[in-house]
Amino acid sequence: MPDPTITLEIFRYHPEQNETPSFRRYEIPYREDWVVLDAINYIKDHIDGTLAYRWSCRMGVCGSCGMMINGTPRLSCAAFLREYYPNPVRVEPLANFPVERDLVIALDDFMHKLREVNPWLIRAHEQPLSDGEYRQTPDEVAAYKQYSMCINCMLCYAACPVYALEPRFLGPAAIALAQRYNLDSRDQGRSQREAVLSSEDGIWDCTLVGECTVACPEHVDPAGAIQRAKLASTIDWYKRVLMPWGGR
Amino acid sequence: MNEISEHDIIVVGGGAAGLRAAIAAVQADPRLDVAIVSKVYPMRSHTVSAEGGAAAVIKPNDSLDEHINDTISGSDWLADQDVVEAFVREAPHELIQLEHWGCPWSREPDGSIAVRPFGGMKIERTWFAADKVGFHLLHTLFQTSLKFETIKRYDEWYGTKLLVENGRCQGIVAIELRSGQVRLLAANAVILCTGGAGRIYPFTTNGAIKTGDGMAMAYRAGVPLKDMEFVQYHPTGLPGTGILITEAARGEGGILVNKDGYRYLQDYGLGPPEPWPRLRAMELGPRDKLSQAFVHETRKGRTFAGPYGDYVHLDVRHLGEEKINTKIPFVRELAHRYAGIDPVHEPIPVRPVVHYMMGGVHTDVSGATPLPGLYAAGEAACVSINGANRLGSNSLTECLVFGARAGRHAAALAAQHPPRDRAALAAQARDEASRIAATFIRKDTGAERVAALRAEMTRAMEEGTGIYRDEASLRKTCDVLRELRDRFPSIRLDDRSLSFNTELIAALELDFMLDVAEAVAHSALARTESRGSHQRTDHPRRDDTRFLKHTLAYRTDAAPRIDYLDVVITRWPPAERVYGR
Repeated sequence: MPDPTITLEIFRYHPEQNETPSFRRYEIPYREDWVVLDAINYIKDHIDGTLAYRWSCRMGVCGSCGMMINGTPRLSCAAFLREYYPNPVRVEPLANFPVERDLVIALDDFMHKLREVNPWLIRAHEQPLSDGEYRQTPDEVAAYKQYSMCINCMLCYAACPVYALEPRFLGPAAIALAQRYNLDSRDQGRSQREAVLSSEDGIWDCTLVGECTVACPEHVDPAGAIQRAKLASTIDWYKRVLMPWGGR
Repeated sequence: MNEISEHDIIVVGGGAAGLRAAIAAVQADPRLDVAIVSKVYPMRSHTVSAEGGAAAVIKPNDSLDEHINDTISGSDWLADQDVVEAFVREAPHELIQLEHWGCPWSREPDGSIAVRPFGGMKIERTWFAADKVGFHLLHTLFQTSLKFETIKRYDEWYGTKLLVENGRCQGIVAIELRSGQVRLLAANAVILCTGGAGRIYPFTTNGAIKTGDGMAMAYRAGVPLKDMEFVQYHPTGLPGTGILITEAARGEGGILVNKDGYRYLQDYGLGPPEPWPRLRAMELGPRDKLSQAFVHETRKGRTFAGPYGDYVHLDVRHLGEEKINTKIPFVRELAHRYAGIDPVHEPIPVRPVVHYMMGGVHTDVSGATPLPGLYAAGEAACVSINGANRLGSNSLTECLVFGARAGRHAAALAAQHPPRDRAALAAQARDEASRIAATFIRKDTGAERVAALRAEMTRAMEEGTGIYRDEASLRKTCDVLRELRDRFPSIRLDDRSLSFNTELIAALELDFMLDVAEAVAHSALARTESRGSHQRTDHPRRDDTRFLKHTLAYRTDAAPRIDYLDVVITRWPPAERVYGR
């Protein structure tokens, strides 16, 4: 019996050479323990050096290698060929992003939005380092830990139907990161993040589809983060409007 | 090449050391503007893959002297002791700084920092955030860096050359990946934080980006690479992929057993096995000794044979599901996904895997290289706290302590605003652009493929410069590397376009890796003793009379020129390394 093979249909687009994208088929050896990224590396090394894509850690933590695999946003280092074999695997750049070339998307929009949410610890008064660490109990760590696990892989943006229609939407990962700091007991900067979170392109754009949480490889649950942000923002509004005398 | 981007300081690399350096520089002098030039978006840097933790003395049962002693004995007395003292002294400050910036360190019930045991450490002092410490550290630093408006980033720019003019480093040439344009970035100081070079080996925990770019750029600028023969094999990588299973698995109580279920480390000067867990003993011995023990077990036929080579078992089942989920959840996830087993119910197959370069760009305690204006920090550098064998959890802390030091010292230099030789820099940059075009983009001849040469290089490195070495195998590796260097100009790319040409970047990376590989092999050939991770079967003893010295490899057109520099010994005279007892 000949050695088994598998076919990859890969999205190709080069702005210097093509007006429109096309798909190219590559037949390569099938290995049960290969992930889609291994297959793409095989193609790059042995068949076609012109294929462009990003990758590094190949263990699901650097966030570089997100792609649409048979229509679903996945980390290509965590999607095994055996999930698709013997059928062909169709590989495309992450949906909802401009394509730079082949499987490489432009990240500029997210990098801008990340900065917008002030994703750093904000304190009214910095404690000197010589006084040691801020105390934080394991329960207080648990309150935000899940939202700190985001690897910025962009799968949630590729899955988000709101972002597909309204690219100005702040989006799941940026909102989850804002919540990560808002829920951190050491942070005192929620009011500084509120303006962007509750702006017209912020949390209220989300229609609660939950596709982001399904797509997230790190179980961050961005949809949950957005719902909690909405709730907190609403409580703030009621406090402000109905209880103007009520303290903060 | 009309534009020159000018900055006070350029940091090359956006991992832990680079980000820490940039923040330290702008905090030291807010008038300075600092550029981070990185071939990947900073949050993709390989710091992200570090798992187990970062060491610093924080608990009352610990002391600076204990951390110093562990580090020096771990280094097999090749670390510079004045530098180790500075490192250990500043380490707690740096980790608290990360805490103040939001790093989600794991905590004790009272809210104070929790620590875990790590290999070769007599007292537990490893700070952790479950087992994704590098990830949290990197994202905390990156997100914190965003609040400094004087830090400008050049994401996905690949540095190809340091610009030296008038005896000073005055900038770099880099390729902007998006456009494919070769650009000139001028500065008063350049800090190399480009990480290690694990990718010169075929089987490594290192991500694809770890190609020794900064080491090679410095080497080509005349700066020596120090102690390059010392390559750390981590004892527990997954067979096939080389994915790291953190030492924290053993810190939390995991054991290593051979195919007979026997804790074989007791046969190699690391026992007795009980009581367990026990610090500086058995599975919590140093990485060099554990990886060497594996080789001996294999020779005795007591390891398992698998499709990706021999392996042993890392068994954490006795920790129980709850502890595994709390302390080492990433281990469970990685073992499940990439080895197809659940460590709660089955042992994890592991084997030694190339993990870390103790050697690197020669710097002093401030991160300054011998070339004025050039600094280095992190794995790219050899400031010399790791000597012949690094202790686990010292490297993340090293990135912070020496990244910050390099940033502050570069800031002091940059603030003097030494004059720049703009015309000469521009001429150099034009030459570099022409070289890249002529060698790769406009060249239509030759039949060598990048991937094929790279595979031959990595095979030669594994065969000659592995855990055990001897003169014959090292000479053969040196010969193969020279032959590959001769064949390199015959590389022909499939991709001759500009935008996001990753094949071009791979070729430039291979060019750099060949330089780094030669420095490793020749440094190893010249060191006719055994020390730490450098084990010569033909010279099995440590030789303090001849080799209590750092190796300095200088690039020449032929083989590297090898020189030596005395190790700094302050209060800890060389002694026997004792573990287990």
